[in-house]
Amino acid sequence: MKILVTIKRVSDPEAKLKIRPDGTGIQTEGVKFVVNPFDEIAVEEALRIKEKHTGEVVVVSIGDKVVTEQIRAALAMGVDRGIFVNYTGSYDSYDVAGILAKVVEQEQPDIIILGKQAVDDDMGQAGFMLAEMLGYPQAAFASKVEISDDKKTAKVTREIDGGLETKEVGLPCIITADLRLNTPRYASLPNIMKAKQKPVKEVTVDALGAVVKPHVTIKKLTEPPKRKGGVKVESVQDLVGKLKNEAKVL
Amino acid sequence: MSDKAVAKPVGGGFLLSGGQTADVFAPEQFTEEQLSFSETAVEFMEKEVLPLTEKMEDHDRKIETNVKLMKKAGEIGLLMIEIPEEYGGLGMDLSTSLKVSEAMARSGSFAATMLAHSGIGTLPIVYFGNEAQKKKYLPKLATGEMIAAYGLTETGYGSDALGAKTKAVLSPDKKYYVLNGEKQFITNSGFADLFIIYAKVDGEKFTAFIVERKSDGLSTAKEENKMGIKGSSTRSVIMNDVKVPVENVLGEIGKGHQSALGVLDIGRLKLGMASVGGSKEIIKYAVQYANQRMQFGQPISSFGMIRRKFADMMMKVYATESMSYRTSGMIDKAIHALDRNAPDFSKKAAKIFEDYDIEASIMKVYGSEVLGFVVDEAVQSYGGYGYIEDYPVARAYRDARINRIFEGTNEINRLLIPATILKRSMKGELDFMGRLNDILAEIKTDKVNKTPAPGLLGIESLAAETAKKITVYAAGIVVQKYMASLTDKAFNFGRGEYLFEQLANMMMETYAIDSTILRTLKLKDLKGESAIAMPLMLTRAFVYETLNKVTLIARHVLGDAAEDHADEFATYEKALSKLTFTYGLDLSGTKEKIAARIVEKEGYVL
Ligand SMILES: Cc1cc2nc3c(=O)[nH]c(=O)nc-3n(C[C@H](O)[C@H](O)[C@H](O)COP(=O)(O)OP(=O)(O)OC[C@H]3O[C@@H](n4cnc5c(N)ncnc54)[C@H](O)[C@@H]3O)c2cc1C
Ligand SMILES: Cc1cc2nc3c(=O)[nH]c(=O)nc-3n(C[C@H](O)[C@H](O)[C@H](O)COP(=O)(O)OP(=O)(O)OC[C@H]3O[C@@H](n4cnc5c(N)ncnc54)[C@H](O)[C@@H]3O)c2cc1C
Repeated sequence: MKILVTIKRVSDPEAKLKIRPDGTGIQTEGVKFVVNPFDEIAVEEALRIKEKHTGEVVVVSIGDKVVTEQIRAALAMGVDRGIFVNYTGSYDSYDVAGILAKVVEQEQPDIIILGKQAVDDDMGQAGFMLAEMLGYPQAAFASKVEISDDKKTAKVTREIDGGLETKEVGLPCIITADLRLNTPRYASLPNIMKAKQKPVKEVTVDALGAVVKPHVTIKKLTEPPKRKGGVKVESVQDLVGKLKNEAKVL
Repeated sequence: MSDKAVAKPVGGGFLLSGGQTADVFAPEQFTEEQLSFSETAVEFMEKEVLPLTEKMEDHDRKIETNVKLMKKAGEIGLLMIEIPEEYGGLGMDLSTSLKVSEAMARSGSFAATMLAHSGIGTLPIVYFGNEAQKKKYLPKLATGEMIAAYGLTETGYGSDALGAKTKAVLSPDKKYYVLNGEKQFITNSGFADLFIIYAKVDGEKFTAFIVERKSDGLSTAKEENKMGIKGSSTRSVIMNDVKVPVENVLGEIGKGHQSALGVLDIGRLKLGMASVGGSKEIIKYAVQYANQRMQFGQPISSFGMIRRKFADMMMKVYATESMSYRTSGMIDKAIHALDRNAPDFSKKAAKIFEDYDIEASIMKVYGSEVLGFVVDEAVQSYGGYGYIEDYPVARAYRDARINRIFEGTNEINRLLIPATILKRSMKGELDFMGRLNDILAEIKTDKVNKTPAPGLLGIESLAAETAKKITVYAAGIVVQKYMASLTDKAFNFGRGEYLFEQLANMMMETYAIDSTILRTLKLKDLKGESAIAMPLMLTRAFVYETLNKVTLIARHVLGDAAEDHADEFATYEKALSKLTFTYGLDLSGTKEKIAARIVEKEGYVL
């Protein structure tokens, strides 16, 4: 079976980010970029499905040339090949879904796995939109995925408040990966070396026949207001007084 | 195909001639692939090793934890870097392996475990093993299926390791050697499957053996209770009539010193780089702490004396890193030029490591002492909290200490530096005397160049030239004065060592000055002048301060050589002043700029 996984290049979640003085984005100088952690989980799940049921795992990433670094990182985990959609303009989640839909049309995968959200803008919409555009069944926030032996359906579990919910979807389908689905493997050194030889196909949005027309534009980024330091209160009366008069919550 | 001729910069040659940036390898030249290796290592350290620190140090869980981590390291390929591809490895070069050592150093204990295995434990087979031995052992060592250890030291023979008492006697049927003796302080001995053991055949011929743990008669004593790297396993290995098949003689009978010392050279280079990795980690902790800790109403990172510490740490680490990769770059270049498929390839490669043994000793001493400096100043920056084990610097302080002791103590390595330079010049491999005569002629004719070349770091380049000349001059005076005594053991081990230690220090600092300048000039070629503000400041401050240090040591050496004869000293001092190049620099101002950036970036960021 063929599994398509989407990966996004995001700033390292551990990095301390600063906003550019003009508010148009974050300062990227000296910031490390990684594969979106949820996408890494998606890649791992795809590799496990392949190991069990045989087939091919393909990753796709959209952006400028630098995203090929993240494609290579996925190849070094064991993915078979990559698709690099070269697009440098601005876009929103809807555009991403639109581009991915075209890639799906070309590739005809049996399963498409996305991270449940990207940790940079936390939109969490692309998976739903893609399913809607393609008319595919979808199972979001997966914490467990089982493919039937006949490879016709997937049983997908997700965590909900106070329990688990399991759905069965027919293939082809869309799955989005949640945090506890698996622990991604390391890019082993031999696999890093093999990744060099693996093919990465470059395509443009035009060649795919996708139309990018953002519905959402980012006007300005600002830092959240700085929190004021706390104060130590002397007594319970003091605390009650402050809650009444300063915080005005009582 | 045969070996390609490369104009090779000779080991120790840095002292006699100017370096070329074209010949210098800088870490900024690593490929994406090499950096990915190091990222995997970093991730492995963060996710697998560091969370298990307590478990590793717990006496009862140490063995299982180490073994588990080593298997995992093997699985992801961290143990196979230098093993040739035909034996299940990756066949990568020294620079790549140093980059990975740097990452591993975030745990002093695990770095010791891993480097003992993939360095001194495995490399004797890589470079000195025969085909059958390589086929049998390397694929298993590459994956961590077998873990290796290196047994050289004995109770009575530490620094004097070639004295070893452990004895090997050929059996009457000539099928095996019977080993008897005890090796002490052997890293990984609690769980290693394979020991490289050095023993004397018939009590005379120093020879290496591959000894499997499962051999009858081999046992290990209890774990040593160590000051630091408590997560690593250190025990005595006891051999009581251990039968080792003759196929397991490693290299030639009587030539065990080749592998014993040969792999130590590589080990020393790795230790130097591991020190850089450890230092960078500690710098990060110290700066982050100092940024949060408030005293006198402001973060302690705002105080000049604390900032000076950070600047010094960064300068020293930058210098060490520059020397390290310059050395590995020279070695890699020479090895790349060899014909990989030639039957004597590994022998020739081992010879190249030997060619750079001076640099290897320098890296070992310099790296371990820079790390020592960094952990000490880090504890100081933490104040009382630095002394409390709940904070990370106390462990780092203890863990760092061993680096000045193992892989040849720093005293032994200091002895080797001038001794090897001298030996090479006697053999005609280094033209030390020729260079000394040129310098003496320059002094005599007052033709010492004191005009900096135009261009970036012109003054510093002249400072490097000066440091070399002063060092060669001082060493030359010592050689001239004590020529007759240099073959006398009592002199060499006695008064001689006072002088050799100072000469070694001058040689090391000179290599540091030279390598730092070359690295920064290389960075200019790679990135342009506007992108190297920090490296330029580091270089200027480091070279200035270090040249003054070298000049001062030279004066002391010359004073020693004059043996209280005022006239003689006056002659030396006059010559020294002719060689000396002095210039002024706002050293504290430069350090302040360096510190400002470290405090902002919270770590070693160029
Ligand atoms: C944690 C740990 C792990 C180790 N791992 C290994 C291992 O895996 N394999 C292995 O074979 N060994 C190992 N060793 C041993 C280590 O290499 C030796 O401890 C080291 O070489 C010093 O030998 P020694 O302890 O006998 O000290 P000594 O040789 O007794 O030295 C004592 C002091 O005298 C100095 N000294 C000795 N000779 C001279 C001289 N000529 N001039 C000036 N000073 C001199 C030394 O520098 C030192 O300061 C390990 C040691 C430790 C503590
Ligand atoms: C084992 C132990 C026993 C102790 N016993 C006692 C005791 O019996 N009684 C007691 O009262 N205290 C005791 N102390 C506390 C000890 O005196 C303090 O730890 C020490 O004064 C440093 O204070 P600090 O730890 O808060 O470090 P900090 O004051 O936070 O200092 C951290 C670092 O910043 C530096 N620094 C601070 N201000 C400046 C400045 N203006 N300029 C430059 N550098 C600066 C410090 O020199 C240090 O390097 C003990 C501490 C320990 C660890």
